Amino acid sequence: MDCSAALREQLREACAKGQKLEIRGSGSKTFYGRPVRADGIVDVHEHIGILAYEPSELFLTARAGTPLREIDAALAERGQMLPFEPPRFGAQASIGGTVACGFSGPRRPYAGAVKDHILGVRILNGLGEDLHFGGTVLKNVAGYDVARLMAGSLGSLALILEVTVKVLPRPTLERTLVQECSADQALQKLRRWMMRSTPISASAHYQDTLYLRLSGQEHRVRNFAEQSGGEILDDDRGARFWEDLREQGLDFFCGDAPLWRLSLPAAAPQQPADFGASLWEWGGQQRWLRAVPDPLALRHWAQSQGGHATLFRATPGAAVEIFQELPPPLFALHQRLKAAFDPKGILNPGRLYAGL
Amino acid sequence: MNLAAKAREDLLTALAAVLPADALLTDPESLRPYECDGLSALRGMPLCVALPDTADAVAAVLATCHRFGVAVVPRGAGTGLSGGARPTAGAVLLSMARLRDMGEIDLANRTIRVGPGVRNLAISEKTRPHGFYYAPDPSSQIACSIGGNLAENSGGVHCLKYGLTTHNVLAAEMLDAHGQRLEIGSLAPDSPGYNLLSLLIGSEGLLGVVTSCQLRLLPVPEQTVLLMAAFAEVARAADAVSAIIAAGIIPAGLEMMDRLAIAAAEDFVHVGYPRAAAAILLCELDGDAQEIAGDQERVETILREHGVTDLRLARDEATRLALWKGRKAAFPAVGRLAPDYYCMDGTIPRARLAEVLERIAELSREYGLQVANVFHAGDGNLHPLILYDANQEGQQERAERLGAEILALCVQVGGTITGEHGVGVEKLDSMCVQFTSEELAQLHRIKAAFDPEGRLNPGKAVPSLHRCAELGAMHVHGGALPFPELERF
Ligand SMILES: Cc1cc2nc3c(=O)[nH]c(=O)nc-3n(C[C@H](O)[C@H](O)[C@H](O)COP(=O)(O)OP(=O)(O)OC[C@H]3O[C@@H](n4cnc5c(N)ncnc54)[C@H](O)[C@@H]3O)c2cc1C
Repeated sequence: MDCSAALREQLREACAKGQKLEIRGSGSKTFYGRPVRADGIVDVHEHIGILAYEPSELFLTARAGTPLREIDAALAERGQMLPFEPPRFGAQASIGGTVACGFSGPRRPYAGAVKDHILGVRILNGLGEDLHFGGTVLKNVAGYDVARLMAGSLGSLALILEVTVKVLPRPTLERTLVQECSADQALQKLRRWMMRSTPISASAHYQDTLYLRLSGQEHRVRNFAEQSGGEILDDDRGARFWEDLREQGLDFFCGDAPLWRLSLPAAAPQQPADFGASLWEWGGQQRWLRAVPDPLALRHWAQSQGGHATLFRATPGAAVEIFQELPPPLFALHQRLKAAFDPKGILNPGRLYAGL
Repeated sequence: MNLAAKAREDLLTALAAVLPADALLTDPESLRPYECDGLSALRGMPLCVALPDTADAVAAVLATCHRFGVAVVPRGAGTGLSGGARPTAGAVLLSMARLRDMGEIDLANRTIRVGPGVRNLAISEKTRPHGFYYAPDPSSQIACSIGGNLAENSGGVHCLKYGLTTHNVLAAEMLDAHGQRLEIGSLAPDSPGYNLLSLLIGSEGLLGVVTSCQLRLLPVPEQTVLLMAAFAEVARAADAVSAIIAAGIIPAGLEMMDRLAIAAAEDFVHVGYPRAAAAILLCELDGDAQEIAGDQERVETILREHGVTDLRLARDEATRLALWKGRKAAFPAVGRLAPDYYCMDGTIPRARLAEVLERIAELSREYGLQVANVFHAGDGNLHPLILYDANQEGQQERAERLGAEILALCVQVGGTITGEHGVGVEKLDSMCVQFTSEELAQLHRIKAAFDPEGRLNPGKAVPSLHRCAELGAMHVHGGALPFPELERF
């Protein structure tokens, strides 16, 4: 259903009245980011539909509210996939919300992030103007790359109406290999494998076990598994593990304790054990922590390693900032950029940072 | 001394004070080489040329220009093809060519830190002995600078599989128009706040001056083979390109040349391209031996189904590089066919290749100007080269009109006016075709957020609304022309 006209009207009116709006898709990711203080909600979840899908052109265009589930199914039918393997965190999770949150899944270090696969967007800025940037072709340098800027902007610059993403052929075969080893040993191994081309398409370390997903032609997968040793899980169990990891369904993620996310350079060592219980994926570049006794120490450590820490799932009323603070000149630039898209500050105020 | 001359003297004195002795060029003779970039039809004289060799000196130049209220045009190696680095009257030309530091290879993070003046090819030359390379490889890679690559989001013959510049840069250090330093991106998979790195890359020197960047390195593939396929019809070659991608194969490179380009390249490099062919495809496959064998068989089958007339395989490095050499030298090779050539850079959906090439051939006949085609077929990025003679009355103007028609055609079939060369000054008018005034205004507001006084590379990349209004250009969107029933082309 095309709701763009109604959405545009709602934004124009809100802009005229200076009314602040919270942008809502299916609501699967409301847990993420800072609480928004808004006067109303602008609802995108009925703005759905795949508008174009050309398997031989490797792109798909969908309205923002289109469920990922539907997109994945359409792609699977033609042997393709979203290369960034986004988590859903809810049955109705939409493509627009995924882009706005900038979420990528297990394949991220091996195939690229959501930002790498955005080719074009149609957006409503805070003035309610209906704008297109980018397109459906892989190469396009006309105008600044506003489409990729949307990734991770958390609805604070514009409301996303449509997204065009690059899609890729699905690997012909995927197997999951498990090896018993410590987190530190696992990091060392991955670092070695990173030095050459391997069939690894996902990696994680959890409960003294290294999980590797191997993708591609059978001989490559087999050779790698034989050389590196370990046990191959049966296909269903393997696929389930990666889905549970991506959707945060593993035991590790259960319970109410706040969940922290570290994003780190590949060379970062294993963090000190007293930072809390942890699990890592993306070759150690994305780490999850529970029961963190000293969030500030964690943040400090992440920063000293050249990365950052996010309070991914907070308990209500948490006293710590959700996202790592920006240096003042960079924050000032963020504020000017916000004003360039949303001069009245009506879109998701405060979701990313106070003052944005 | 009048006021303007006095102000100029004061500025030059202030710049000289922050630069090494030989780093400020002011006399007309030494300014001459900086008159234009790779698009030599567009020229202009800068106020002066500053050649700082450290980021601090760049910051000092910017701060000085800010103080004097003078605009700055950043320049890399000057190979750009859209006039992005063409001097602006009254502005300082800021050459980044001397910032040529290369850090050590950071193996654990698979990255290297390089100064913006480093040549693209020098990075792979340095890292290859360690088993790594930097993937984006514009045909100009022996000369172009990495700072210019970032500014243009340059592509190369391998970006179908390995991405554009934007996919291969982890972080950059930039200076704003006041000379203030900002770190954008990081070695982590993402950074807090907005994705400014994507915005900076491809911003043609309008949002910031890049003083250092951190590049992603890839392991050199185990093996690489190159297939050269000749066709008797351009359309069959074009359809073969779509069919290869549709079959789920992503070649490392997939390039095409038409008859005129083949002949020119063959005369230039003598590598044995089939002159009789209407088009050739160069299809590169990489991976391990078995992987390549599998893909190669499938590609060959598709090529045969599309009536390939001559199929050659380059397995050894020497033959492979020779076949690529012709492709990479195609622009200068075609350049020998006529006194001048004008290189276009539209992108279209692959499925429309055959039809668009046919239409370009018709336009070429209508305008009475030859057009050679050599391009990145795999990603639908066309480079029609229009041959003309600037000394013949009216030819340059005709070439420009033909070029603009080709770009409008690209937009009409759902593509874009520039795939990798940027807008610069050259395609300002075509921007009016691709974007609405609201979209252009949004781009101007982004610029103002980075550079409120509009001092960095003013007048480039995004046309003023006024210009578009004067031009009366028709905005075409996704093939949806206003009044589609009317014949336009
Ligand atoms: C024969 C030939 C073949 C080519 N082939 C290709 C190709 O295959 N693919 C492709 O993409 N391009 C190609 N190009 C175009 C050109 O080489 C690229 O655009 C290249 O990236 C320009 O780099 P440069 O260092 O020469 O930049 P310049 O031409 O000097 O500048 C280009 C733009 O970058 C800005 N700039 C430069 N340095 C900085 C900096 N440090 N900070 C901020 N802004 C800066 C300038 O202001 C200008 O707007 C080709 C050109 C030629 C002549």
